[in-house]
Amino acid sequence: MSTLIHESAHRLAEMMAVGDITCEEVTRAHLERITEAEDQIHAFLYVDADRAMDTSRRVDAKRRSGEPMGPLAGVPIGVKDVFTYAGAPTTCASKILEGWHPPYTATVVQRMIDADMVIVGKTNMDEFAMGSSTENSAYGPTHNPWALDRIPGGSGGGSAAALAGFEVPLSVGSDTGGSIRQPAAVTGTVGVKPTYGSSSRYGLVAMASSLDQPGPCARNVLDAALLHQVMSGHDPKDSTSIDASGPDVVTAARSRDVTGMKIGVVKEFGGEGYAPGVERSFREAVAGLASAGAEIVEVSCPHFPAALGAYYLIMPSEVSSNLARFDAMRYGLRVGDDGTTSAEQVMRLSRGAGFGAEVKRRIILGTYALSSGYYDAYYGSAQKVRTLVIQDFSNAFCQVDVLVSPTTPTTAFKLGERIDDPMAMYKADLCTIPSNLAGNVSASFPAGLSAEDGLPVGFQVMAPPMRDDLVYRVGSGLEALLEDRWGGPLWTLMKEEGR
Amino acid sequence: MTQDQLMDYTQVMERFDPVIGLEVHVELNTVSKMFCSCSTAFGAPPNTQTCPVCLGLPGSLPVVNAKAVESAIRIGLALNCSIATWCRFARKNYFYPDMTKDFQISQYDEPLCFDGEVEVEVDDRPYTIPIERAHMEEDAGKSVHMGGTTGRIQDAAYSLLDYNRAGVPLIEIVTKPVYGTGAEAPEVARAYVSFLRDMIRALGVSDVRMEQGSLRCDANISLMPKGSHTLGTRTETKNLNSLRSIEKALRYEIGRQGAVLAAGGTVKQETRHWREDGEYTWPGRSKEQAEDYRYFPEPDLVPIAPGRDWVEQLRATIPEVPAVRLARLRETWGFSPMELRDAVAAEAVDLIESTVAAGCAPQAARKWWMTELLRRANADNLSLDQLTITGLQVAQVQGLIDQGVLSDKLARQVMDAVLAGEGSPEEIVAVRGLSLVSDSAALHDVVAAVIADNPDVAAKIRDGKVQAVGALIGAVMSKMSGKADAAKVREMLMSMLSE
Amino acid sequence: METPVTLTHAEVSKLARLARIELTDEELTAMAGQLDVILDAVAVVSQVARADVPPTSHALQLANVFRADEVRPSLPPDAVLAMAPACEDDRFRVPRILQEEQ
Repeated sequence: MSTLIHESAHRLAEMMAVGDITCEEVTRAHLERITEAEDQIHAFLYVDADRAMDTSRRVDAKRRSGEPMGPLAGVPIGVKDVFTYAGAPTTCASKILEGWHPPYTATVVQRMIDADMVIVGKTNMDEFAMGSSTENSAYGPTHNPWALDRIPGGSGGGSAAALAGFEVPLSVGSDTGGSIRQPAAVTGTVGVKPTYGSSSRYGLVAMASSLDQPGPCARNVLDAALLHQVMSGHDPKDSTSIDASGPDVVTAARSRDVTGMKIGVVKEFGGEGYAPGVERSFREAVAGLASAGAEIVEVSCPHFPAALGAYYLIMPSEVSSNLARFDAMRYGLRVGDDGTTSAEQVMRLSRGAGFGAEVKRRIILGTYALSSGYYDAYYGSAQKVRTLVIQDFSNAFCQVDVLVSPTTPTTAFKLGERIDDPMAMYKADLCTIPSNLAGNVSASFPAGLSAEDGLPVGFQVMAPPMRDDLVYRVGSGLEALLEDRWGGPLWTLMKEEGR
Repeated sequence: MTQDQLMDYTQVMERFDPVIGLEVHVELNTVSKMFCSCSTAFGAPPNTQTCPVCLGLPGSLPVVNAKAVESAIRIGLALNCSIATWCRFARKNYFYPDMTKDFQISQYDEPLCFDGEVEVEVDDRPYTIPIERAHMEEDAGKSVHMGGTTGRIQDAAYSLLDYNRAGVPLIEIVTKPVYGTGAEAPEVARAYVSFLRDMIRALGVSDVRMEQGSLRCDANISLMPKGSHTLGTRTETKNLNSLRSIEKALRYEIGRQGAVLAAGGTVKQETRHWREDGEYTWPGRSKEQAEDYRYFPEPDLVPIAPGRDWVEQLRATIPEVPAVRLARLRETWGFSPMELRDAVAAEAVDLIESTVAAGCAPQAARKWWMTELLRRANADNLSLDQLTITGLQVAQVQGLIDQGVLSDKLARQVMDAVLAGEGSPEEIVAVRGLSLVSDSAALHDVVAAVIADNPDVAAKIRDGKVQAVGALIGAVMSKMSGKADAAKVREMLMSMLSE
Repeated sequence: METPVTLTHAEVSKLARLARIELTDEELTAMAGQLDVILDAVAVVSQVARADVPPTSHALQLANVFRADEVRPSLPPDAVLAMAPACEDDRFRVPRILQEEQ
């Protein structure tokens, strides 16, 4: 097996820049790895091999012509199947969109194309990004490369597993309640949910518009920052896109220094419901940051525990409206149109057949929460809790630079373990949800392996809106000290057969 | 056909007071759609003015058209509304094949314009129409119903959809309940919509053509027993597409509801549809069948907060209120109320104004437009402004009459030639040699010859039977091929016969 | 919401109809039970949400994001209709519409 697949994205880019290797070689190595690994991992719903090879040759030609190239030029990348990319199908892992070829490309994907990155395919996910295990994919689950009988997290399990399985050095995800960070945590990778409005949602198939945010997924902090920089920036096609330049995340990711930073540990996120192994790895990481020169304090965010309830009202409400358009009239699956049925019946039959159980559950929950007579008690109250969560963050960020917590209460659970218990599944997002409600930046970094089960543990860092640099600074500091301890990246601890 | 019992109108009025309410939808004449950059031009081939946004494709996002907001504020100001300092769009959720997202972006409890009022006149009596709100929303696509025998939706086998109109900006203007109109309720409703049409046309923000659907009206009405202060149950008659049908539909509903109530029945709260062919209303959806629209703030758009400076700048662009302008014109032109009302009804006011501006006396201008030209327009089924003659040309023709160059009869011929596109009045007079013979010597010879040819008639006139002169005038005109001024001929005949 | 909310089979069925989702009886029953559990868990919001707390529908503090009224090219008509489950005469063909327009 080529060792190219184990290289970081920034190292591959450097090697291509100096002419040690070609983009074609890099791309071919990753496509070969995909062919080899997909039987076990199933991280991809669509592999765009021919177009990727064409792109790689074009990138090599461009480089030979002496044109200036971006810092990630030639690096292969996987795109979560929730983004449109003209020329490839977009399914959102749903039967209802099977075979749909979007006639346009998402802004963040276009930015990767413009940066001469090589898109190798569309990664698996929970249907319409609803879930925490990728088991809700209509095309079968993704397996965690650390332990194939375990979930890779969700909804972006494909993007995370593709990294942990060395199928791509970078991938892109979307995070509504933790869909980038929780998969990163359970696969020992890096996942960042940027500040809401800093990367464009145009072409991201909406789950909950006020919460969704595209973000980078990588195996190390600097790679994530480089992709973050490529993806983000103002987009006039997205009204909720912030028209201001973001902070310099790449410099922050290179700093590897937390000296003098004030770090707040969220008091509410720990104890009952948290695996001891997760808590232990988390505490060790915090202690490491303290020894590296950060000041650690405990901070109370009293409304964070109520965030889960607010989220499971706001999100389904928006879902029920955003997913109404899948009505079998203009595109996608149409069932039951036999010439006698009405449009209304065909809508019902198509949506009944095309949506999976979790999607149906959330649509119906949201329909209920918005219906007259219940709006104030449910959606209205949830919006108030959202205000309180934002206030908790504001108060906390008066005292500290960043907040930290475990990313998710447990390590990767077994496939099938929670599939019939929605509430147990929802609790995987307990710690990640507040940042979606408040719109601030939040990231998950590897904190090591749990002493209990040897599986990766995620370390969440939250910073104020438009201070995305702060999470990278803490992430790079943590990475520096833990890599010293591990003797290299976390994945070097992975069993040989996984790599 | 209808089975409705109708009560005599005057009898209804003896027992009940009608309360009306009007909802008017105005399609703005922006060049691009409300939330995307597709053209709004009328009459394009089906589905050629569509994009991911107005097709509601997954991942697409709306961006608000600034001109549409500006037009909405100007309409609000012209209706004497308050302009919100902060307001949001909301989603109105319902499934329908002509709505590409299966929700309409509209405004709910935070309209852009609210609490206005306008005054209209019916038979010289003023009525104040209180305005509840004017808000922004988007139009739906257009469906054609196929396979049935009547082309109606009810018995169609299937429907075909064109989304060119989907997303065209609409302003919805809603009145508060209008009390105290008595028996004039239908006329007041008509006068109000006519007022809106003139006002919006004066603002230049819409074509307001009811027949093309760029102004659409729904009319509510209920009956309140005389002396009572409790509103009765109302019906809403949808999609009235002419001023005449507004008046007729309300008159019909008054008779129908009166009969129901007089018989001890209760009016059912429902929508009704005006059947133009049979001139009756037909029941639609009842209150129980009404959709629960599950409104909530549109998360893909940010609030609109019009600054005071912007609103004041727009206020300065509001033209004179049409009613004030009409009062001023009536005064300066010296028209009777009836003359002005007829001119308004014939949409001739602007044309008369331009004719007067070109130097024509107001009454002469009115006569041309309201008699000769109106007759020609009606004969060709055109509106006056569709005639190919300008106010300037009408003024020029009148100028030729005033100079004695043309008789009324010749002037009518010139007018026809202008309408036929033969050129300016002067050119036509010159080319056709139409001008009156004002050469007295030539005329004198013809008059003398006619007297000589008709000695009997001449004798009668000399004996005092002056009315006989008509025969001689006719003979002179005939010899002159009509190119003589009849008054002048008469004067010359009388003078020569009295010699 | 002091007492736990329970949704009946009929209520879930009504919601499913409003959401245009055909559900089997088994799905309805399973969903009613699951929704009760979820509603019970989210009921915490009404205890936390005091009357004096203002609601937040969006974390973003932006306003007045507009575009100029300019026409840009639409999609090629072929690309539009290529997606359609059925089309005829350059229009999307849909089953007969029984409901009334809104």
